[in-house]
Amino acid sequence: MSLTARIITVAAAFLALTAGVVFVLAHYLLAEPPTVVFGAGQAPGQPVSMTIMTDPVNDVSSHPDWVSYFVKSPQTGQWVHSTIWQLPPHTRVNVTAYQFDTCDPLRNQLMGEVTGTVGNVMAVSGEADGLNGPGISVVNSDTTCGVAHTFNVPELGINVPFEGILYTAKNQCTLAPCAMSFTHVTTTFSFITPGPGDYRWQCFIPCGLASVDGNGHAMSTIGFMTGYLDVA
Amino acid sequence: MAIETQPEKAEHSGGGGPGGPPAARPWWMRPAIHTAILGAVLGYFLGHWLGNFVASGYQQVVEGDENNFAIVFGYLAATAGFLAGLGVFNDLLRQMVGLPPRDHDDGGGSGLARYFRFTLDHKVVGIQYLVGMIIYFCTAGLFAMAIRTELLSPSYHLFNAGAYIEIVGEHGTMMMMLMSSLVLGPFGNYLVPIMIGSKRVAFPRMEALSFWLTPCAFLILLSGLLFGGFPFGWTGYAPLSIQATQGADSYAVAFGLMGISIILAGFNMVCTIICYRAPGMRWSRLPIFVWSMLTTALLMVLAAPVLVGGMYMMLTDRTVQTAFFVPDLGGSSYLYENLFWFFGHPEVYILALPGFGIVSEIIPVFTRKPLFGYKVSAAGMFGVAILSFFVWQHHLFDSGMDPDMRPLFMITTELISIPTGFIYLVALGTFWKARFRFSVPMLFALGMYFNFLIGGISGVMLSDVPADTTAHGSFFVMAHFHYTIMGGLVFAFMAGLYYWLPKMTGIRLNLRLGKIQFWTMFVFFNSTFLPMFAIGEAGQPRRVFEYAANLQTLNDWSSISSFLLGGSILLFVINFIWSTVFARVREEGNPWRSRGLEWQIPSPPPPDNFEHIPVVLSDPYRYGFKDAGPVADLYPPAGVISGALTGSGA
Amino acid sequence: MAETAGVAAQPSGAGPNHGLRILLLWLPAALAADLVIWFVWGPHLPPGDMSSSAASQQFDLRVLAVLAAPVFLAVLICAGYSMITWRVRGDDDGEDGPPIEGNAKVQVSWIAISSALILGLAAFGTYQLIAPAGAGAGEGPQPIWQPDGKPVVVQVIAQQWLFTYRYPQYGGVETTQLELPVGEPVQFNVTSLDVIHSFWAYQLGVKADANPQVNNVAYTTPEHAGTVTVRCAELCGLWHGAMYDYGKVVSVAAFQAWAHRTETSMAKITKTLPPYALIYTPNEIKGLANFYYQAGLPGAGGGYYGNQYYPDEP
Repeated sequence: MSLTARIITVAAAFLALTAGVVFVLAHYLLAEPPTVVFGAGQAPGQPVSMTIMTDPVNDVSSHPDWVSYFVKSPQTGQWVHSTIWQLPPHTRVNVTAYQFDTCDPLRNQLMGEVTGTVGNVMAVSGEADGLNGPGISVVNSDTTCGVAHTFNVPELGINVPFEGILYTAKNQCTLAPCAMSFTHVTTTFSFITPGPGDYRWQCFIPCGLASVDGNGHAMSTIGFMTGYLDVA
Repeated sequence: MAIETQPEKAEHSGGGGPGGPPAARPWWMRPAIHTAILGAVLGYFLGHWLGNFVASGYQQVVEGDENNFAIVFGYLAATAGFLAGLGVFNDLLRQMVGLPPRDHDDGGGSGLARYFRFTLDHKVVGIQYLVGMIIYFCTAGLFAMAIRTELLSPSYHLFNAGAYIEIVGEHGTMMMMLMSSLVLGPFGNYLVPIMIGSKRVAFPRMEALSFWLTPCAFLILLSGLLFGGFPFGWTGYAPLSIQATQGADSYAVAFGLMGISIILAGFNMVCTIICYRAPGMRWSRLPIFVWSMLTTALLMVLAAPVLVGGMYMMLTDRTVQTAFFVPDLGGSSYLYENLFWFFGHPEVYILALPGFGIVSEIIPVFTRKPLFGYKVSAAGMFGVAILSFFVWQHHLFDSGMDPDMRPLFMITTELISIPTGFIYLVALGTFWKARFRFSVPMLFALGMYFNFLIGGISGVMLSDVPADTTAHGSFFVMAHFHYTIMGGLVFAFMAGLYYWLPKMTGIRLNLRLGKIQFWTMFVFFNSTFLPMFAIGEAGQPRRVFEYAANLQTLNDWSSISSFLLGGSILLFVINFIWSTVFARVREEGNPWRSRGLEWQIPSPPPPDNFEHIPVVLSDPYRYGFKDAGPVADLYPPAGVISGALTGSGA
Repeated sequence: MAETAGVAAQPSGAGPNHGLRILLLWLPAALAADLVIWFVWGPHLPPGDMSSSAASQQFDLRVLAVLAAPVFLAVLICAGYSMITWRVRGDDDGEDGPPIEGNAKVQVSWIAISSALILGLAAFGTYQLIAPAGAGAGEGPQPIWQPDGKPVVVQVIAQQWLFTYRYPQYGGVETTQLELPVGEPVQFNVTSLDVIHSFWAYQLGVKADANPQVNNVAYTTPEHAGTVTVRCAELCGLWHGAMYDYGKVVSVAAFQAWAHRTETSMAKITKTLPPYALIYTPNEIKGLANFYYQAGLPGAGGGYYGNQYYPDEP
């Protein structure tokens, strides 16, 4: 091969390689669900409201059958498919959670206890297969199929079990993000954010269908049933 | 048994058997990598379609929203298509229908084209392996750079947890599965036939197939990223690996294919060494590098089948819902652990033994002395190989295994350090009153000895069960195996490359750049991995993206050194490409003045290696003997063969 | 050759006694290294001495390091001396070195010394494993080395991705916080609810893998109060790196008070927990089997193998 041909081959190979590395990084390794920012531009110390929902499907990703969280963007009012939520530090966060999914039993019943929230209680309303009322502190999913998902932040000791809708309920949501007209259970609770940091949160109801012990699929993928509280 | 008779005519280049119709077709009509890629693509779609056809109604597939069948069938059919496109099955099919196989006299073609074909010339396969291994090593090294970048901070995360664990798995698996053939592939396949005085290997088709399975395994493993990667690292512990999503199929298929490649390569190497030695090449005259290739190949043949079996069982657990490894329905997670490590421990000796072979081969040349304790050295390699099958449970000391077994495995693991230590006895003896020439290959060999010493001693510390309680699963283990594998094998590979590239291609690498590469690589390698002993003992487990804040300084030191180490490897790549593609400085004689048989023929060797099968007269370490004759007679008169069996030399 | 003929009085023949020189270089270096390791570094070696197992491991590490350092130095000094003394200076005259192919005495001594060292280490390691009741390592469901006295029993339940701790001696209460009394032997019963994890309590020198449906027992005796870092040491999926917490070793009185307080405050949730057992099979929650079948629900396991109690699909 002539010198020119060799130079061109080596240069082309190098460029192709770099393009490949950049593509893999950008598209697969560095790609993340969007971060939804709460309390932006707000005076420090003011409480923040966060509205989330858990849906049995998601319709907006390559895995439409996977259970998912959606969060209402405070900027646009639209439902965003993201589990990375940025919150201000040392602030009270008032959470309203709409739960559209039917129930599964807890793998570890300890997660039926409400901890880490203000007063260690949550308030539940709607067609729940379980307790209703303002000051719920324990949900027993051993006697009733009561819980659909848990919002658990291990580093902060926060655990909130979201009760499930009756399995016989009519009008169950199959198109996410779900509209309020579908059967749902509303849970409200509050917690105080700590200092700055990344705090992971996850669910403890293994509902990853057809995976061993139910902890695969949506349970182990950020953006579906697990994510970060980015306190900054 | 050496070859007893002189063949009547020169054999075909690299072997291949009697000829058929000559191949006089244009290059694009001959099977090569372009037809192979076509075959792979067709095969993937066919396999994927078949998987969907068979399994899309299964409850598991419907509920899980993923079809593992389709992925596995797709990969396997793609590999079959790739090999078919390469022409691997052509001779077989021709013979099945009664036609003679094609004439492979031209060694696969001329110029660069033959390196992209399925060829029966072991020298071409060696070069193919060389380029492939460098590509695989550098790709896996890029993943390592990503890991160290993430570990710069314990709290700020560049990659999210899912991406990080994918990267860790890709780096570890790519290195551990592909680097098993880092030395046996290029140097073993290229040089062993020449070193034993043979014109060919025993099974050239198996050897070529073993090479072509490596790009398949590499690409299948990489493609796991498209499916979200796999979250269980290179060890693949069940039941996590059964729980994982589609990327785990890439891992299992890739590792299984690589296991097959290893078995084929080992099988060919064992038979070549036992059956194709030239007359006079007694076992006591065999170069120590060939001994290391023999023991490595025996390990490959005996251990890799267990891996393939384990991966197969993982795949059936993931697809057809067998329950080998899932405790809920009677399986056992311990079964996987033991199957895996029964392969896994010989695997690390597959990685270590070739390094021993290269450095023991090189130091006599650069100290101008015979190899001290040649028999002890060979016996040590066999001792390591045999004992390596009796130590695997030291990876499982804390797992809840039978506690009575632990002192037993502690003893066997500590015992294996004795034959491993023989390489130091041999080295120190060879250094005694030597005449040191510090050329680049010698520098890398010395670096290997230093690094492996640290790695080996830390291994003895790990074999002590109480000390292992803190060190297991921590960065201490990471440092130990990087010192033995990268500090040992990779440094030895560099030594072998600088030493033998002139032999293999007639071109030498730039030695000034080589010295710079050695010093930077040695300093930054130690600077990267030495702190990891402390980091591990201070409590940081492996494969984590968050660690204690007080360990950040050490982690940063390690990360920045690793970037500089990456720069040193980049320097090597630049040197390699510059020297072989552009500068092409000829080095045709015997630049290192070695007495090895491979150096007595021209560089690069002619297609048949030797004009006539040589008669070997002595071992290649006769330095310093006043009356030492040549290592072999390259032009033996007919009839002298029987005399050679009682000839001179030790 | 490099040696001068004038120094013929040396035992090795012509030239200086290289062996003696190497010995004189090595002996002080090895001695110095060993003294520093044993006396200066020793008390600060990881994993510290907060518990009996940690102290025993620290002692082990001390002994191993003290034996390793002279070996390391011996090889380095021998090799380094050779390289400096016998390097080719100036132009390479192409001459070979002396044809030494082996030396039976050297080879036999090497093998004998290394074998003695190794066998000694093996005996030492075995003793150190047995004497401190297993040295903090997980011994499986039938441990053979146990401490004297009645231990505080803590069940460590590992799940993806959290450690929880159950105290059978206090009503089977389950907490996310590990607390232990100082001075009393502790028995850890480590198990998993899903995949393989590993319970690594660093300051206590305890590491026991958590396998599903296996009870892995480890023993230790905390000897000083303090904080214990608990990390998962076996890759268990996405959040393996974030699976850690901080436990505490406190005085016996404080521990008793905490245990009783926790038992009372968590009584409501303790009633909903399954009865204390050495292993758990969460996929078989008996009370709900019929309910699942009627509802067509998969059970607490994702329905990977369908419903065990009703094999026909609903």
